[in-house]
Amino acid sequence: MDTHQDGPVRRPLQPAAANPIPLLRIEKASKRFGLVTAVDAVSLDIHRGEFFCLLGGSGSGKTTLLRMIAGLELPDEGRIAIEGEDVTGAPAYARPVNMMFQSYALFPHLSVEKNVAFGLQEEGRPKAEIAKRVREALEMLDMGAFSARKPHQLSGGQRQRVAFARALVKHPKILLLDEPLAALDKKLRERAQFELVRLRERVGITFVMVTHDQEEAMGMASRIALMQDGKIVQAGSPRELYDAPVSRYVADFFGTSNLFEGNIKECARGEAAVESAEAGTVLRGQYGERLAAQTSVAVMVRPEQVHLSREAPQAENVLRGKIASAAFLGNCHACQVTLDSGKTVLARLSPAEFGKAGSPAAGETVHLFWPSAAARVLKQ
Amino acid sequence: MKNRSTFVLSMLVFGYAFLYVPIVILIIYSFNDSRLVTVWSHFSARWYGELFKNAQIGEALWLSLRVAAASATVSVILGTSAAFAMRRMRTLFSRGAFEAMVTTPLILPEVLTGLSLLLLFVFLGETLGWPGQRGALTITLAHITFGMAYATVVIRARLSQLDPALEEAAADLGATPWRTFRRVTLPLLLPAIFAAWLLAFTLSLDDVVIASFVTGPGATTLPLVIFSSVRLGVSPQINALATLLVLFAACTILTATLILRREEMQAKNMK
Repeated sequence: MDTHQDGPVRRPLQPAAANPIPLLRIEKASKRFGLVTAVDAVSLDIHRGEFFCLLGGSGSGKTTLLRMIAGLELPDEGRIAIEGEDVTGAPAYARPVNMMFQSYALFPHLSVEKNVAFGLQEEGRPKAEIAKRVREALEMLDMGAFSARKPHQLSGGQRQRVAFARALVKHPKILLLDEPLAALDKKLRERAQFELVRLRERVGITFVMVTHDQEEAMGMASRIALMQDGKIVQAGSPRELYDAPVSRYVADFFGTSNLFEGNIKECARGEAAVESAEAGTVLRGQYGERLAAQTSVAVMVRPEQVHLSREAPQAENVLRGKIASAAFLGNCHACQVTLDSGKTVLARLSPAEFGKAGSPAAGETVHLFWPSAAARVLKQ
Repeated sequence: MKNRSTFVLSMLVFGYAFLYVPIVILIIYSFNDSRLVTVWSHFSARWYGELFKNAQIGEALWLSLRVAAASATVSVILGTSAAFAMRRMRTLFSRGAFEAMVTTPLILPEVLTGLSLLLLFVFLGETLGWPGQRGALTITLAHITFGMAYATVVIRARLSQLDPALEEAAADLGATPWRTFRRVTLPLLLPAIFAAWLLAFTLSLDDVVIASFVTGPGATTLPLVIFSSVRLGVSPQINALATLLVLFAACTILTATLILRREEMQAKNMK
């Protein structure tokens, strides 16, 4: 029955070699639906072995971009290449990538075993090889005992594993995951997160995942691209995005931050001095690109980088304010400090640090300070 | 509260009585021994025996079954194609127009459908020489026109419930569009297709108005036989035949409903 031979023969993943060609290259790809531009001239390189995450709110174009990699949407403009080979116009069934759908999309009329075997049968593999690979894939995911069941007889977590096995068993060059954990409840999700990372390391396949959850992206991905309105705002390691965001949008997306509006006074040796009325003083911070004097900017500092003390310290970036509230959150103390300008600054201190600062109570006057290396100057 | 529930209950009883008492009376009288249809003498299965000996009715039944099976099969094939075409249509206007045209036979009076088809067949026969003579073929064609409308509605409902991600998943796993249809879409539609087939089959078996317009000499379907024999004076045989037909139709409809229900339950479980 399954004797046809269309679709390319897919080789198992080769060991990572020093290859200058990126595994996946997207060049100025755009996709419009009617008047809406879902993906707007996005360029992106993804390398072998990465756990890449497309992050963004709803309507940011992340899912459309993923679907373009899968071949489920064809770009209106631009180019997509896998291992240097142009696949821009190739249909989904002829691409060496597989996708795990958000709804899992398991075939309800087929058993678990047949669901997983589907892709290998379409490749025209010999029966014995199919049986072996299906068994191995199911066993790797602890689903060997469920191979005869139908999808509607499985729990949500089990379905997720079957969907994962079905996509993995073909040894794709890239595995695409569309919100793979969204359908699981919170408790299950944390465990699944961990498992997914562990499995990726075991099988060595490049993952590209779409998610709207920034914690999920930070915890799992080796590299993240944050998307907004169809464009990539910033791409980099989780650390880079958290410590050195390029804009207020990125800073806000990854956790809370204190932002001080101001104007550039001078830029020198990687450090900018910013005159800020809100802070009531000159603040110093790192900058990405050199900015002209008087450019309007914001200085960002994360709450956990802010130090507290009763006495005025000998340091840069010292502000004075009154504690508006101090809450103990178990692993840290969260203090809201109101400056003379009326601006509220959030500081998060470890219990040890809070004790060293003299455990100030609400209403007390304190000094806030942070090293210039911890502050970042944002243009937009 | 009590008053209201008595009212509701009596309305229910009245409603069911209105629908089913005539059928029950017919079934009871089919076991009547008397030659007169309206006079009860005593219980007997005599007319069932006579019915099975009646060659005219036997032939008519065989013709009806063949016409019903052929028209149901073609209806289902066309209905499935129409349902797919509707899903493909992007603009609301073209889809709406197509839908209206396909489902018109559902609301058009049968007399009109029958008359217009008769005119068509006569016209075609005179200009093209085909169909040369009206009979089983023209009845089958006529039944396809409304059978297809019902089949389209049933199959389309199921198709629109199908998660589009299933077909995308098949494509993603390497299946060409045709293979996707054969391995995923068609198996998932099969219960609806089967239900549509049964529906079209029953409707064809039951039609008298359209068949009486488009039939010709020598092709008499079962409902036509019943109708003409009633005009000549009701034979108790007809009661027996009607009882069997009611039983058959009830079983078919029940099967179709159960199949669709089971599918729906499974689809719900998946969500």
